[in-house]
Amino acid sequence: MRHTISLFVDNESGVLSRVAGLFSARGFNIESLNVAETLDPDTSRITLVTTGDDFIIEQVIKRFNNMVNVIWVDDLTEETRVEREMILIRVEAKENTRAEILRMADIFRAKVVDVGLESYMLELTGDKEKVNAFMELLEPMGVKEIARTGTVAMKRDAKNTDTGDTE
Amino acid sequence: MARMIGAEMFFETLIEEGIDVIFGLPGGYVLKVYDVMPKYADRIKHVLTRHEQGATHMADGYARASGKPGVVLCTSGPAATNTVTGIATAQMDSSPIVVFTGQVPLQYLGSDAFQEADHIGITRPCTKHNYLVRRAIDLPRVMKEAFYIASSGRPSPVLVDMPKDVIIGEDELVIPTEISLRGYKPPTKGDPKQIKKAVDMILKSKRPVIFGGGGIILSNASAELKEFAHRLEVPVTSTLMGLGAYPQDDPLFVHMLGMHGSYAANMAVHSSDLVISIGARFDDRATGGNFEEFSPNAEIIHIDIDPSTIDKNILVHCPIIGDAKIVLRQLLDALPSKIDKDRKEWRGQIEEWDRKHPMSYNQTGDKILTTYAIDTLSKITDDDAIIVSDVGQHQMWVAQFYKFNYPRTHITSGGLGTMGFGFPAAMGAKFACPDKQVVCVCGDGSFQMNMQELATAVENKMDIKIMLLNNGHHGMVRQWQTMFFDGNYSASRFGVLPDFVKLAQSFGATGLRAEKPDQLEATLKEGLSTEGVVLMEIMVDCEELVYPMIAPGGAMNDMILGVSDVA
Repeated sequence: MRHTISLFVDNESGVLSRVAGLFSARGFNIESLNVAETLDPDTSRITLVTTGDDFIIEQVIKRFNNMVNVIWVDDLTEETRVEREMILIRVEAKENTRAEILRMADIFRAKVVDVGLESYMLELTGDKEKVNAFMELLEPMGVKEIARTGTVAMKRDAKNTDTGDTE
Repeated sequence: MARMIGAEMFFETLIEEGIDVIFGLPGGYVLKVYDVMPKYADRIKHVLTRHEQGATHMADGYARASGKPGVVLCTSGPAATNTVTGIATAQMDSSPIVVFTGQVPLQYLGSDAFQEADHIGITRPCTKHNYLVRRAIDLPRVMKEAFYIASSGRPSPVLVDMPKDVIIGEDELVIPTEISLRGYKPPTKGDPKQIKKAVDMILKSKRPVIFGGGGIILSNASAELKEFAHRLEVPVTSTLMGLGAYPQDDPLFVHMLGMHGSYAANMAVHSSDLVISIGARFDDRATGGNFEEFSPNAEIIHIDIDPSTIDKNILVHCPIIGDAKIVLRQLLDALPSKIDKDRKEWRGQIEEWDRKHPMSYNQTGDKILTTYAIDTLSKITDDDAIIVSDVGQHQMWVAQFYKFNYPRTHITSGGLGTMGFGFPAAMGAKFACPDKQVVCVCGDGSFQMNMQELATAVENKMDIKIMLLNNGHHGMVRQWQTMFFDGNYSASRFGVLPDFVKLAQSFGATGLRAEKPDQLEATLKEGLSTEGVVLMEIMVDCEELVYPMIAPGGAMNDMILGVSDVA
């Protein structure tokens, strides 16, 4: 099963290796990993997405809790949450496709962030499904390069759930 | 506040922590630490080992015998990588050691400088935590944290890497009085709801059994365990690491369980209706490795300080996270002082199993059996002697035939199974308990892995005994080849062995040898009563096999009891 795990960790060197090491030691792959400072500059938030046996992931989470540098860990998989990632896509833009690409970008509320003679660079934010759908639609035009941030996630407030806004 | 260099802060903080002995070896980047060391020699003894692995096992043995953290000091690169086996050994058996390594100056980190290795990266998976110190002023704080982390909660190794800048850097000495680690809060008390649940399970159980592990020793809970077992009249089995936690001469003691455990202990666990595990982690050597068929009719209470051991191998019905000593006290307080119980049938059954297949040996012929040698040792050593075994057949026989009645008297590498652990660990135990008799029991194979420390032992005028059981083979490898590889003895026999008696003598130690059964007792008695470092080489039969045995992956009621059982 796919798990989205959120960790608050000390913002210091080596912490990421410790976290990643628990996966590599079990031969597990991490699908995506995102790390950045939080409101408190001494703390980083890691959002980690992985797929694997629930039983083993539960063990990994217990081991996270044991780590001196891990302040707090939460498996968001069963929680109501918002998940987002950002993608930069460089897509071939030929005379016959330039307009179509812009139309699609508009529908997906993607931004054009770089324009070249033969390509556009687009920026899109959304959940994994939206990002994947966008990529699939662009595929026939010739996607040359992508960079994805990986998922970031946050639990929804218990009272105010989904606003319906997919952005 | 005093200004000083990092090297001096190192010793000041050790003294503040109550450390009085460290094990190490000088070299490149720690030379300044060694340069200031003579100033502190009246308060901190440095034991110059011959190899950093030896130093690490010594610190480990010291920690296991004393309950206090053991300290290692060495330089960078090969010195640090030499400590890795010792660190991993300590981690697997939850032993608190703190390893201090020198490191290249910060500006050279990652440049493949001479004797540079990534100590932090290499030891990350085998330490509870590790630190790269960047400024001298931080060193005392980091050291305080390191000792706290190593010795609290589930004890484990911590490594502190000290680049040369930190060692020679000058600053104010600031030793913090309080430690604040927001991500580290080791558990202590068990959840009262779980305690209540456990009490209900205990009171309705007809065939309870205690599955005692090394955690009882680590939390100094032997007295509580005895009170608990007696109030409930529960039979007590023990893992390898738990031996000594409960007195073997107590009538409730059933003996060691697991791969080479006693028939009665394994049958008791398999047939019970309630397994009360205390400070054990249900590893494959303790359960046979067939986790599905583990104790099929039992509910399981699992008391452990480490939440990650819960449901790791065996799914349990009532986990209690906490320190064994505190949790046992909570259980004792919650249980009625008089308990209506009838254990006659259950205990009778266990006694019958024990009568049917006791731990036994039959010393006939003119070759010494290791079982006979260890049983003899058990009879003639002090009641509270510390026995440190190495790894292999002899280790299992020590566990089976030596009578341990006190915690911290049985020391062995149970988890990692590190050959070469025994002798240096025994030395560490002797430094921790200079007034106790300390005997290292090892094989010819395992002794050869760290025998260089004979020099260290003689240099320190140690009163330490080595019983070397020489069967000319890697005995346990040979046993598996006998049992599971059709007697194909590939690479298990030594073509050449040193003359161990002369070897001991060449280091300035005493060497003795027994070759025939009738020489054994006299040789052991002579060796034990001779002052100093004494190596007693016992020539033993290589054909003897350790029984009972649960074949790897087997269930606990599925034991090979003797030669006739081997298919």
